[in-house]
Amino acid sequence: MQEEILSLRRIVKNFPGVCANDHIDFSLKKGEIHSLLGENGAGKTTLMNILYGLYTPDEGEIHISGLKVHIRTPADALSHGIGMVHQHFMLIPIMSVAENIILGKETKKRGLIDRKESERRIRELANRYHFDIDPGDLIKDLPIGTQQKVEILKALYREANILILDEPTSVLTPQEGLELFAILRSLKEEGKSIIFISHKLKEVLEISDNITVLRGGKVIGSVRPEDTSEQELARMMVGREVILKVKKGEMKKGKPVLTVKDLVVHDSRGVRAVDCISFTVNKGEIFGIAGVQGNGQSELVQALTGLIPYESGEILVDSTPIVGNNPREVTGLGTAHIPEDRQKYGLVLPYPLKNNLILCSYYERPYSAHGILDFSAISMRSADLMEEYDIKAPDINTTVETLSGGNQQKTVVARELARNNRLLIASQPTRGLDVGSIEYIHRRIIQVRDSGCGVLLISSELDEILSLTDTIGVIYKGTIIKTLGVKEATKEALGLLMAGIYE
Amino acid sequence: MKLFFEKIRTRVQFQELFIPFLSIATSLIIGAVIIWASGADVYKAYQGLLQGAFGKPRAIAETFVITTPYILSGLAVAFGFKCGLFNIGVEGQLYAGALSAAFIGYAVKGLPHFIHLPFALIGGIVAGSIWGAIPGYLKAKTGGHEVINTIMMNHIMIRLTDYLVKNPMLDQKASIPRTPYILESAYLPKIFPSFRLHWGFVLAICMVFLVYFVLFKTTLGFEIRTVGLNQNAARYAGMNVSRNFVIAMAISGGLAGCAGSGEVLGLNYNLPAAFISGYGFDAIAIALLAKSNPLGIIPSAILWAALRNGAGLMQIRAGISIDMINIIQAFVIMFIAAPRIVRWIYRIKAEKGKAGMILTRGWGK
Repeated sequence: MQEEILSLRRIVKNFPGVCANDHIDFSLKKGEIHSLLGENGAGKTTLMNILYGLYTPDEGEIHISGLKVHIRTPADALSHGIGMVHQHFMLIPIMSVAENIILGKETKKRGLIDRKESERRIRELANRYHFDIDPGDLIKDLPIGTQQKVEILKALYREANILILDEPTSVLTPQEGLELFAILRSLKEEGKSIIFISHKLKEVLEISDNITVLRGGKVIGSVRPEDTSEQELARMMVGREVILKVKKGEMKKGKPVLTVKDLVVHDSRGVRAVDCISFTVNKGEIFGIAGVQGNGQSELVQALTGLIPYESGEILVDSTPIVGNNPREVTGLGTAHIPEDRQKYGLVLPYPLKNNLILCSYYERPYSAHGILDFSAISMRSADLMEEYDIKAPDINTTVETLSGGNQQKTVVARELARNNRLLIASQPTRGLDVGSIEYIHRRIIQVRDSGCGVLLISSELDEILSLTDTIGVIYKGTIIKTLGVKEATKEALGLLMAGIYE
Repeated sequence: MKLFFEKIRTRVQFQELFIPFLSIATSLIIGAVIIWASGADVYKAYQGLLQGAFGKPRAIAETFVITTPYILSGLAVAFGFKCGLFNIGVEGQLYAGALSAAFIGYAVKGLPHFIHLPFALIGGIVAGSIWGAIPGYLKAKTGGHEVINTIMMNHIMIRLTDYLVKNPMLDQKASIPRTPYILESAYLPKIFPSFRLHWGFVLAICMVFLVYFVLFKTTLGFEIRTVGLNQNAARYAGMNVSRNFVIAMAISGGLAGCAGSGEVLGLNYNLPAAFISGYGFDAIAIALLAKSNPLGIIPSAILWAALRNGAGLMQIRAGISIDMINIIQAFVIMFIAAPRIVRWIYRIKAEKGKAGMILTRGWGK
């Protein structure tokens, strides 16, 4: 029996209108990786923010190593050995690794920062846990995966014994994910305890010693990974049976609907991000572009949808060439676009639901005539879409910023799919969503394909690519290095291709 | 009473109105403390302020005379805010409008009233529009920040007006440097013969509703608001962001130009070289207090005008400097800009999931 290092007892936190944490009990043992699994809005983040001193609980107690403690600020949390790695890193890009790590806890010598001593300590720590990090590097030059390691080091430097990792793998490539898991295991060996927050079932099963599932602010249950399955965890999370793998029929391939020839696109810094890419998407086909983030996918989609200009090459929708740099030109040809960043591109957050649902068609009848908006037509249409696409909101006048991520994405999907389309470009359509919403959006995408549309799906989730697509193109450094049918593809082979390894 | 207060604390819709109201009330209380601390009679001072602004029909009419340019210039700033633009150039655009209206008013002769007046008025609006559209165009094409450019455009226009009024447009016979009087055919008529209040006031009120209509009921307004809230999403939705910048600045400048024309055509009947309005800067405060809502501009413009108009009598009655008004106005704006202070004082819970008011984006991208 390992000793219990942390225990949360009967934690209650109310927000106006919702009970985010409803008498939650949670216990963490020394040297254990304990996952906190739940959909968005289940109360995981609230609970962790309470533990980290960002919120104060309305009721309940926190015990650390058997002693009752009060945690009011993150500084209190740190002094009790609790460190947190946030989903969005709290690093200063123009400062070095060492500077970021010691920030707020500087080693001083005669009032000045003792750089040598702190760098020595960081090196020592990095070596102990097998981190491949040079304290002198600037954060902005480091890949995301390494930045995350810096965050972990930062917590270790502050002598954290309990590490909270909030959705740590959501920003990582599959390879980086494996590295992270290796690190977590070595931390465990050293006797550190880890709370791993996630909504990804597979990785939770892989890494955890113990899994606690939250739903609607309540603890649904605690299970050990060897006693459970993905299916059971999904059911606990969502509260009903979930179809993890969408069923789809044979593809009925038609004529090409999107043809890309030797396309070259520069990114905002003028670097060639898309380098002579060529591929074809046919009617009734889901063409998946698999690749590690940052291999030109964003620029490719932005060029295809007219958000940025392209340098050279050719884009044909059906047989109409696209001039580029004009989103309405592309929409006008019957293209729907689910952008990778729904909050940045897809939605106007302070707008009510109804405005967001007509964001791309406000200038057409029946939503407006002679430049005057027709709000009765807009409201009617919005109410229909809200029902049809199962958007959970009080009404069509609710501002979108108050909706959950899943409902925000459903809003985008509803708007885009409701038009008369021949092509759907979906970029990371399920990123950061809960299992229920993912299932829903996957079903919709299959429906679009079965109705005879061509679908271009860009995703860095291999599972998504494998379960949805008919044809896969692997993108590496701005070009497609291999195209293969989904039946010939395996996860291992794709993983290697995505890393640029091919014969 | 307690129940009433509970209701306000919980009803979210009320908060939109209540925070500004509480800001004003709190500022007046702080003003009272300062008046008291400086040894004057608070009651006399505020009584003077109130009577000076609304005590007699003449006082009310005068308050509305000042309200007129405040409404129009406040609308101008608010319109810019709606597109995410901070138009500090309202003062310059107002001068451009005044200059153009004055010129058309005295130099174009032989037109009947129903043509000459609209001609002069529209001339002023167009001049303001052009002066506003230039920094809009610069922002769209070069990314030059509108705050910097509109400030510079203010300097240019104020100096240009000074030069023109003292040189080519100077009325040689006048004892002070000013333009010739405009012809009676270009007058904006008075509403009541014995007061200075003119039909510009009614025009300003109409503009409020027109602006409201454009912003909330037309596709143009939809585009402008979308650009103001999220440029990326606007572009994604196929809107031309640059074009909207130029249009929004042109409309904003046009409203400012209308304010300037009203002053010349309805009040002064000429443009003096000593024309100092300051309306364009107060307008920023008015738009902030109204939270950029066109309908909110009317009460906030009336408040500002009342404070300005009542200050004189307050000084006479209580011996308090009229600068006291600036202190109260400053506190109002401070509380509006930092609603947290007001929420804290009155223990009002914040609206859930609503971010603060975003007027413009910061510098750069």
